[in-house]
Amino acid sequence: MELTRRDALVALGVAGTATGGAYAVSRLEDDDTAEAVVERLSHVAEAVYPSEVDVTHDFLETYVVGRVEERDGYLEGVTDALDSLDSYTRNLRHEGFGDAPPDARDSLLRYMGVDEAEPAPDGTEAERVRYYVVNELQYALYTTPVGGKLVGIENPVGYPGGLNSYRREP
Amino acid sequence: MTEDGRAPVEDADVCVVGAGPAGALTAYTLASRGYRVVVLEAGERFDRGDDERRMEESLRPAHDAGELWNMETGDGRDAYTSSGERYYPLNAARVKGVGGSTLHWQGMVMRLHEKDFEMETRHGVGRDWPISYDDLQPYYVCAEKEMGVAGGDDNPYAPPRSQPFPLPAFEPSYSDSLFSDACDEVGLEMHSVPNARNPEPYDGRGVCVGYGTCQPVCPSGAKYTADVHVAKAEDEGARVIDRAQVERLETDGEGDAVESAVYTTPSGTYRQDADAFVVACGGVETPRLLLLSRSRDHPDGLANSSGAVGRYFTEHLFVGAGGTVDQPTRQNHIGFITSESHALYDGEDPTPLGTKLEFLNYAGPSPAIEAMNADEWGDALLEDLRGSYGNHVSMGGLVEQVPTEKNWVTLDKTTTDNLGNPVPDVRWSVADREAEAIRAANTVQNDVLGAMDADVGWTVGPEDTGPAYHHMCTTRMGHHDDESVVDHRTKAHDLENLYISSSSVFVTAGAMNPTLSIAALALKTADHIDDDI
Ligand SMILES: Cc1cc2nc3c(=O)[nH]c(=O)nc-3n(C[C@H](O)[C@H](O)[C@H](O)COP(=O)(O)OP(=O)(O)OC[C@H]3O[C@@H](n4cnc5c(N)ncnc54)[C@H](O)[C@@H]3O)c2cc1C
Ligand code: SF4
Repeated sequence: MELTRRDALVALGVAGTATGGAYAVSRLEDDDTAEAVVERLSHVAEAVYPSEVDVTHDFLETYVVGRVEERDGYLEGVTDALDSLDSYTRNLRHEGFGDAPPDARDSLLRYMGVDEAEPAPDGTEAERVRYYVVNELQYALYTTPVGGKLVGIENPVGYPGGLNSYRREP
Repeated sequence: MTEDGRAPVEDADVCVVGAGPAGALTAYTLASRGYRVVVLEAGERFDRGDDERRMEESLRPAHDAGELWNMETGDGRDAYTSSGERYYPLNAARVKGVGGSTLHWQGMVMRLHEKDFEMETRHGVGRDWPISYDDLQPYYVCAEKEMGVAGGDDNPYAPPRSQPFPLPAFEPSYSDSLFSDACDEVGLEMHSVPNARNPEPYDGRGVCVGYGTCQPVCPSGAKYTADVHVAKAEDEGARVIDRAQVERLETDGEGDAVESAVYTTPSGTYRQDADAFVVACGGVETPRLLLLSRSRDHPDGLANSSGAVGRYFTEHLFVGAGGTVDQPTRQNHIGFITSESHALYDGEDPTPLGTKLEFLNYAGPSPAIEAMNADEWGDALLEDLRGSYGNHVSMGGLVEQVPTEKNWVTLDKTTTDNLGNPVPDVRWSVADREAEAIRAANTVQNDVLGAMDADVGWTVGPEDTGPAYHHMCTTRMGHHDDESVVDHRTKAHDLENLYISSSSVFVTAGAMNPTLSIAALALKTADHIDDDI
């Protein structure tokens, strides 16, 4: 299942049940930091999203742009968290998280304690990675129909999926 | 005028304390009739443009539920004591702000039944109200219009209606159809639920779009919240001052009338004079404010010659049971219920206490929330989510409590709030006959779940029941000043110009969520003030 730009708009609450809004035209052309965030998030997404999900660059880019515009502190928060993930990885493997082979990334996140960390925007490094990176990605996936449908709910909480789905037969 | 605009209003006719639904509807009605109205609200005016963010934070595990509506400021504003037999979680049970607790509420709105007004005559329980269902019925009609209630005429147990609901009921859910088969087998009638949310656009507010986060926040505005009527009151010329904590009401030289409300804001302490005062601070802060207002003329607190201020604190008791079935149940698409049953409400076996049953549409986990709390990710997480979502069913319900002297709101003089005033002490307990009614409700719930072949995983019975966050009976209505605080017109017996707009004036609680009755009484109070001043 592919995650597209439109799914990102949905996750941001911009698209709603209608068509996309302001962010539909936003791009990251002039913003290197944010572009780097997109690239780095894609490495984590490969580890934390189910293999059935195909994350497109458009999806992450749109999501990150939306977040940067909408939430004060998001860009700093996510950049710091990704930096700590990188330095943790460098200490262990002398390479950044993105350079580690895909199948090592899952273990790296676990070694760092991100799997059991309580998400906290101002917590420890693992807690911040959980909050700004892993849980952002999970929120973007599972509050939208693409992620919901994987589990059997096309109108998950947080998604304004209208008034028909709750009445529909399985 | 102070820089922050929180100075008192000159020549005010009416001062309303509290901007929840009770205060908002009283203020709006009086302002629309040309009175100069000022509303003093302890909490802040929230920017509803932030509701999307609130919704996200309500789903993400790092954010505490109370943060969304600032339900516990760090400075002691919301300090309280709970010294009864059962712990009372007061700060989960109310919101301070423009809109009051409806910012966070669920929004199911039923009328009380006729018997609720005469429980003493019919069953020897509590006391009769000094008004009947018929007296309140026209105000129920107006309250339903104001709030925009969606309901149907399919409830055979509902009290008589002179007019239809302003909006059609929400259609039953898929899981309601599973319950319906089971209820047929058990002989329990199901019917629609009156909801204060829009199945179609109403009163300038949009339609419900199924976010599923109604409690604690509806980002679409389809769920009614009382800031709607605060805005309408302002459009009619009322002044609303937020972050204005009223510390006490002061009487005139004779002690017969309230002269001013003394309130503290971030820019200082002021005194608001008015011809009439309405206390609409909810069922805990209303008696507290009266107790804090004691004086030489009113040594036991204002309006308290009966000693009933704060007494008879009454709640609704939650009853529930749930489990899993071996078929999909399609839960958590929406955050409200579409079917309920009043079949047990007017019965007498094993007790005459009211019981209302609910068929939930949000049983079991939501995948998004579970994912953000999980120790797993990737394919392993997906497998877990698929295992846990999809086949849950739950029933909820409310059981009536009987007002008792033992449950009361008083002042804890050993603890003070941010302004140095004693905090409320909420003493709460559950009586044996209430426990019996809970067990009876559990039996019916288990019968229904049994008829669905459900594997019952949990039951909330007498031991682990909790309050529904409905604060009632603490300044009850009555004919006589030796046993009640306000008269049938909701005016304090002891004072010429003090009115109370709140579920605190309820005499008994029934088992219906109280806010439609609060709204009806608020409109009635406004009529009486209009007659009196
Ligand atoms: C989680 C939750 C779910 C609920 N669901 C339902 C439901 O489905 N159906 C239903 O009928 N009811 C429900 N309720 C209850 C409902 O919210 C209340 O009955 C209703 O809001 C009470 O209205 P009110 O105006 O009397 O008090 P409130 O809404 O509590 O408002 C009182 C206001 O007075 C202000 N105030 C208090 N003291 C002072 C002071 N000294 N000076 C100035 N201002 C003061 C407060 O800040 C507050 O804003 C729910 C409540 C909660 C918490
Ligand atoms: S389900 Fe409807 S009422 Fe509830 S939060 Fe969503 S839009 Fe609002």
